[in-house]
Amino acid sequence: MQAFTRVTAVAVPIDLPNVDTDRVIPARFLRKDKNVPEYASFLFHDVRFNADGSEKPEFVLNRQGFRGAGIVVAAENFGCGSSREAAVWALAAYGVRSVIAPSLGDIFHQNCFKNGLLPVILPADVAADLRRQLHAKPGLTITVDLEAQTVTAPEGARHRFDVDAFRKEMLLNGRDEIGLTLGYEAQIAEFEARRAREMAWAVPPRAGA
Amino acid sequence: MSSARTMFEKVWAPHVVAEGPGGHVLLYIDRHLLHEGTTAAFGRLAKSGRRVRRPDLAFATADHYVQTSPASPGPDAEGRGMIESLARYTADQHIVHFGVGDARRGIVHVIGPEQGLTVPGVTLVCGDSHTATHGAFGALAFGIGSSEVEHVLATQTLWQKKPLTMRISVEGRLATGVSAKDVILAIIATIGAGGGVGHAIEYAGSAIRAMSMDERMTVCNMSIEAGARAGMIAPDATTFAFIEGRPFAPRGDAWAQALAYWKTLPTDAGAVFDREVTLAAADIAPTVTWGTSPQDALPITARVPDPENVPDAGRRESMTRALAYMGLRPGTPLGEIAVNRVFIGSCTNSRLDDLRAAARVVKGRRAVVPAWVVPGSGLIKRAAEAEGLDRVFVDAGFEWRDAGCSMCVGMNGDLAGAGERVASTSNRNFEGRQGKGARTHLMSPAMAAAAAVTGRLTDVRALGA
Repeated sequence: MQAFTRVTAVAVPIDLPNVDTDRVIPARFLRKDKNVPEYASFLFHDVRFNADGSEKPEFVLNRQGFRGAGIVVAAENFGCGSSREAAVWALAAYGVRSVIAPSLGDIFHQNCFKNGLLPVILPADVAADLRRQLHAKPGLTITVDLEAQTVTAPEGARHRFDVDAFRKEMLLNGRDEIGLTLGYEAQIAEFEARRAREMAWAVPPRAGA
Repeated sequence: MSSARTMFEKVWAPHVVAEGPGGHVLLYIDRHLLHEGTTAAFGRLAKSGRRVRRPDLAFATADHYVQTSPASPGPDAEGRGMIESLARYTADQHIVHFGVGDARRGIVHVIGPEQGLTVPGVTLVCGDSHTATHGAFGALAFGIGSSEVEHVLATQTLWQKKPLTMRISVEGRLATGVSAKDVILAIIATIGAGGGVGHAIEYAGSAIRAMSMDERMTVCNMSIEAGARAGMIAPDATTFAFIEGRPFAPRGDAWAQALAYWKTLPTDAGAVFDREVTLAAADIAPTVTWGTSPQDALPITARVPDPENVPDAGRRESMTRALAYMGLRPGTPLGEIAVNRVFIGSCTNSRLDDLRAAARVVKGRRAVVPAWVVPGSGLIKRAAEAEGLDRVFVDAGFEWRDAGCSMCVGMNGDLAGAGERVASTSNRNFEGRQGKGARTHLMSPAMAAAAAVTGRLTDVRALGA
């Protein structure tokens, strides 16, 4: 997994609350391999492009200054709905490294961590103020520093954010989570043995019928 | 500190394998349900040279990409490839697979309970956000992403941080014509689409206790539409009666042991939740959505709301956008909105109780718009046919289809056209969910049936059903 330490990038404001993952990547693209070169074009596809493939000029990522943004500053409950990790893959393919919002869909939030993308929760008024600054002058950058746990706004203010110690360490070092967990093999095996003794019912009968 | 514990805590604690930093724990997973949309995880696992740790705890079916009628366009090469990959991977790994051609095949959240795989006190995950459905049995069930699917396949565990808890109590009796779907839509409208973020919900109260398992599953199913990854209901005699004798349910001594344990799971009196919400059952009416978020729900007797009356600028803008997408004008009575088609199905509302409720409305009437019924599983289809429900639907001009996710997910060829307005028993009215430009109104099976026979959103109570 790609490590995340500190990223300075152009930030794009997305003002709509409750942006669902169907909007981030429509269902018909879920069958695509995430490594195909056009994957970035699936991001926000139906609100970003017309049927003929031309850009919808009103969509924020198509506006001068925001194109190619590496940070998204969103509103409440961004990434709600479907568990599709493809929503994060599409953001990552586009080059987004961090999503800042007052709240995020729980599953989307988890999926970010697995793909080297840092989700940052900031108070609603702080996020709204960041979006205001970005609208005022498209193309401004924000710095997200995971080590220091700070977001530096275009106007210079620094906002501290919370992140779980576990997720922080995994991201800073780009660690392979499955590899880490396989190191717990002895505990898992012991747990399974105890559960088989004490709660035999918890394993379904093999044949089923 | 009080020793009274919530049901959530009682299910969570015995599954902790190890403590990690930052409050994360390694949580053991008892059941892993798979569908063809999650096959990419198998590929990555194989590529990394890792094995499936507990194939005996994984169960698979094909639902998202399958064709639900010979008349449907059917899956393209990529969709077919996913269905075939799942069959191949599960065969290689000796994972039980209810595949195409097996009568037990169906929507993953329908067949788990149907097969007796979903039982109280277990942890259950699936690469699908509607996994909370299984919480109706007092299981801790939640949806996961593709990386987490791979993690569970390899380790049978997940790193999780304990969520906050919320109890939503619905007290009193539901009025005639008001169903479990109306209850959950009312709950989502009350707490908001993000109201449950970071929480595990317990649904409680006399109205919930009075529900059948099919109805409880409808409620838990849409927990994610309120932002919560998990929703649970305390197991009781209704739960135990549903499970007993099912193919993968505990038997003999194991059944007795399980039953004794399950009875200890309900929340203790005096247990404290991080948040409590109470609704009066009598206040809930047949409900429909008017917008593009499940929180945009109102009683059928209401009118399309006017954004101008909303003080919050952000909310006003999103309402305006939703109404533009939905092609609706503020002030229009919801009961005057004409629909182009009706979809009865999905993991929310495709079970036998749902089909019965719809059939009661349809009987002796005729659909005036294209209307589909898509049973949740092959076994439900068979049971419905044994009761003659298929005849009721077919005689009324409905299409009686095969099991699958169908028009809920917009990825299998079952799509509504741009601008088409759908009365749907599914769970999401997001822009484009049922097809690019399609307009979805969420409602109960009885309300969808009523819309089918009148051609507009209709108060089912007016039809005397």
